[in-house]
Amino acid sequence: MISQPRGRKLSREEAERVPHVVARPKARYAWSAGPATGRFLEELKEGRVLARRCNGCGRVLVPPRMFCERCFRPTDEWVYLPGTGTIQTYSISYIDTDANRIAKPILVGVLAFDGASEGCGIMHYFGEVAPEKLYIGMEVEPVWKPQAEREGAITDIKYFRPRRKEDRQ
Amino acid sequence: MREVSIVGIGYTSFSPVTPDLSWKELMFEAATRAYADAGIDPRKDVQSFITCAEDYWEGFSIFDEFTPDQLGAALRLMHTVAGDGLLGLANAYMQIKTGLFDIVVVEAHSKISDLLTYEDVLMLAFDPIYEAPLGGHPHYLAGLEMREYLAWTGTTEEECAAVAVKNKWNALRNPLAPYGAAIAREDVLSSPYLFAPLKKLEIAPLVDGAIVLVLAEGELARRLTDKAVLLEGIGWSSESPWVGTRLPDARYARLAAELAYAQAGITNPIQEIDLAEVDDRFAYKELQHLEALGLARPGEAGQLLLEGAFDLDGQLPVNLSGGSLGMGDAVEAGGLQRALEIILQLRGEAGARQLPDPEVGLAMSWRGLPHGSGAVAIFRREA
Ligand SMILES: [Zn+2]
Repeated sequence: MISQPRGRKLSREEAERVPHVVARPKARYAWSAGPATGRFLEELKEGRVLARRCNGCGRVLVPPRMFCERCFRPTDEWVYLPGTGTIQTYSISYIDTDANRIAKPILVGVLAFDGASEGCGIMHYFGEVAPEKLYIGMEVEPVWKPQAEREGAITDIKYFRPRRKEDRQ
Repeated sequence: MREVSIVGIGYTSFSPVTPDLSWKELMFEAATRAYADAGIDPRKDVQSFITCAEDYWEGFSIFDEFTPDQLGAALRLMHTVAGDGLLGLANAYMQIKTGLFDIVVVEAHSKISDLLTYEDVLMLAFDPIYEAPLGGHPHYLAGLEMREYLAWTGTTEEECAAVAVKNKWNALRNPLAPYGAAIAREDVLSSPYLFAPLKKLEIAPLVDGAIVLVLAEGELARRLTDKAVLLEGIGWSSESPWVGTRLPDARYARLAAELAYAQAGITNPIQEIDLAEVDDRFAYKELQHLEALGLARPGEAGQLLLEGAFDLDGQLPVNLSGGSLGMGDAVEAGGLQRALEIILQLRGEAGARQLPDPEVGLAMSWRGLPHGSGAVAIFRREA
């Protein structure tokens, strides 16, 4: 049998009377993207998805990297991918970071790019689709921001939508 | 009793900025060189990997999840130490000493040029209630300690300035060191006071770079390479965080050294140690650390320095690499920078600054402001 806690919760006003220290860390960074990620981001501006091939294991790696973590050797060549892919897994996110219910749930997932090796998926949004229509293995394609709005970021792709028009909403 | 040896070293150059590479490629370069040097395949031969990194320097929380790929450690035994590289080395030493593993890799790096607000992040290391609200540039803490150290020991500002002169001169003979310079004591003394009595040229500038060491059990090490260097002892210690209660005697260094000396069987460090690399992020720290390590009597390091005792041809050469003043402050990689020079010297690979026949070397690290923690490692050339 679980005993009931005694007393009551502190009110917000009472909690604020307890001494505490407020601070806001000032930490700003500018991460060097490096040759692989740097070129990947540049290519996104052009509406292209770039990968690297490792001739050791034959895998096509995306996001591209200058070394293969399996073979531990430098990767060998750039490979352009069509940008299409299939849904590897997905979730429907109903609350925001403050745990408030959001009106339109966010569809997030991992997609495996066509032309890339297994285990080389990236995370992104899905759109133009009803949540209940999503399924693992669904074929999707990128919906790009207009070229003028692209800034060399993963969000230059707005989301991925079903390739089959009848699955779209 | 199992012995522990260094069988591979790999490193990048050190540079104030590295905009063309990410920290991943820096680590990959150092690791590739270390594995080639040791003649091993990380995917098959290494049993445990250790990195040393501080989340706030990197700008990632839980940075350890980002470290395996570029070391060949994906899906292998791997962990991260949030501290200086010598603490990672201590972990590796114990893993081999206990018989758990035979080959272990240690990595430390700096990509501090990615951090745009270094001073603000450093201030976050100060006590948030008692010290951080005072604000200001956090290096003033070094000015406070330097003044107290000078008052306690009778060391002079001239002697501290001479540390910067020596280390920047040494750095001219180290191709890895970006801050080599032939300067006179007058140049240091006339450089502006930033945190009086600390002057501009007495403060090590920040650098990027990466270092990887491969360690192996002693017998295996002899089979792998003919240039193995024994790691005979390693100790570490941390002060209480209360800055106001600390004395200017770097007690952390003394306690770390006592443990390392005991493990290495060293009873008379001045006689037995042939060269030392000690933390010199602020010039006076070299003198303070030498005294704490028992390599000079309290208050005498400055005078010995002026007499040339710590020069390339002196009785105890100190910071032949150029130290942090010459190589740059590589944050958590500082300790491995110091260790790297000792290993190069004991292997006879230190080029223009090579000592004739060194047998025993000491590397000492300090984690930097506002920390009172340090580590000491003792290396010996194979007989
Ligand atoms: Zn591969």
